[in-house]
Amino acid sequence: MIMVVGIDVGATYTKALALDEEKNVIGRSMVKTGFNLAGAAERGYAEVLASAGLAEEEVDYVASTGYGRYVVPMRDLQITELTCHAKGAWYQFPNTRTVLDVGGQTVKAIKLDERGKVRSFRLNDKCAAGTGAFLEKTARYMGLDPAEIGSLAMVSTQPVTISSVCAVFAESEVINHLTSGTRPEDIMYGAVLSLAGRAHQLMKRVGMEPEFTFCGGMSRNEAFVKAIKHELGAPVNVPDGDKGHFNGALGAGLLALDRVRKLQAAGEWTNRSHRAAQGVSA
Amino acid sequence: MDDQRRVLGRSLIDTGGIVTAAAESAFELACADAGVRRSDVVYVVGTGYGRYKVTFGDTQVTEISCHARGGQYLFPKTRTVLDIGGQDTKAIKIGPEGQVLDFSMNDKCAAGTGRFLGAAAMALDIPLGELGPLALVAKNPVKITTTCTVFAETEIINWLARGKKVEDVLMGVHQAIATRSISLLRRVGVEDELTFTGGVTRNVAMVQILGEMLETHLNVSEEAHYMGAIGASLFALEKALSGAAGAVEAMTVGARLDSTRAAGGDCEICPELPDRKFHDAQERLAKPPQLIQIGRIGEVAKT
Repeated sequence: MIMVVGIDVGATYTKALALDEEKNVIGRSMVKTGFNLAGAAERGYAEVLASAGLAEEEVDYVASTGYGRYVVPMRDLQITELTCHAKGAWYQFPNTRTVLDVGGQTVKAIKLDERGKVRSFRLNDKCAAGTGAFLEKTARYMGLDPAEIGSLAMVSTQPVTISSVCAVFAESEVINHLTSGTRPEDIMYGAVLSLAGRAHQLMKRVGMEPEFTFCGGMSRNEAFVKAIKHELGAPVNVPDGDKGHFNGALGAGLLALDRVRKLQAAGEWTNRSHRAAQGVSA
Repeated sequence: MDDQRRVLGRSLIDTGGIVTAAAESAFELACADAGVRRSDVVYVVGTGYGRYKVTFGDTQVTEISCHARGGQYLFPKTRTVLDIGGQDTKAIKIGPEGQVLDFSMNDKCAAGTGRFLGAAAMALDIPLGELGPLALVAKNPVKITTTCTVFAETEIINWLARGKKVEDVLMGVHQAIATRSISLLRRVGVEDELTFTGGVTRNVAMVQILGEMLETHLNVSEEAHYMGAIGASLFALEKALSGAAGAVEAMTVGARLDSTRAAGGDCEICPELPDRKFHDAQERLAKPPQLIQIGRIGEVAKT
């Protein structure tokens, strides 16, 4: 049985999934990325193996993706996160034509063709505007734990408009709202709505078409999901639970399987301990 | 300012959260400093972010026009003004009479503004006033690769964690701001003489680096912080003396340029950002700006 690992080293979290050749998820892990990207990859890899009950030599192929994909020591292949997110979203929702991925530090909109290939994309990874970092900053300005963002924003009844694009300049706007007596939940949901608006603009720029699939860490935030559906005025596929967060790792794992099949078809695949045999390492 | 264009009195206070009150007390203080009565003042022009909150003002003029006029007053050969404030950066190309020929502005994004320095000061826990002198002792400046102030905070801490010296990191921060400012300047074209204004002129490292990178001399005045107010006074004086169309024409020139600029393209700093960061002035001129200035920002701007 072929076993592969997809590992997604994001700016905030490192996600890893172990897949068998039937594309079943047999193990998963999520660790904070921090400063040491290679270290995070190693920890995530060790944890995913433990979770799957696999020994290192039982893993046939490792594909890395995400911001830190080039420093993953045990990788056989690195793939851009655009390709991985497209693959993961397409696998989870086969009618997907537009993928929105909102992470801690990046936002991506990806347009797919009928066969799930990336046709065009837009991303913002230069600026905190529109990313999870914007919400995290907003929460901190109000002295709130970022973990409270989703549940707090859900109880908002009269969201305010947050007009600052810049996460830094939003601080004064948030403070102004607070001092004028606006409730924290209305500010928080206002910030969520402004992010949803920004995500929508990015999606328009790739020429969005339904079905829409929303993934990335922010897809676990119920308020954000609500805001995106409201903003798009259309149904949006959102993977259950934390599956949206693992979408990039899933895509990497699936692409790793594809690669193994290709190598097998070309007669270049030796055996299941190919990694051990070749002494693949950093 | 009297009718001989002499500055008689001045005041400088924190704007704080209540802008109308700040305008009012700054006016009172300036009158007291000049030793004149309120009623002696025949014309008041409001400028800056809170210009519409100068409720006793006779008219408002954009800070672009006022900085141009103020720059030309302090340094008559000025052809380019670079203004780096606590929350925005402007590059203004001006004619021999101090009229605005073109300008470019970033007030949507903290990158390249004094606020970026403020964030670095906070991340490094160094008082704002010490940033410049400390940066100047750097020997091997690091390259700050992130554009966004939020991400740069992380990058700064990351560099320190890797053992880089504080001064080397700081110099990198200064160079990053200088690079952004220069890209804004290139949009209007740099022509001598270049006058540098705004709160960030008080930072010695910024003055030095900008001079080196632009390979030119920068006019920097002790009065830099008052540049906008001087320009506004000059407009008020013209208006009071002539009441003619000339002054009004000069005042609206900025507005017309604003509308051409507003038709321009996306942000150069970050072309992928769906929002235009460069100031949609047409919209802004059509309605009073939303005031979101508050104490902490004022402090950053001040130093």
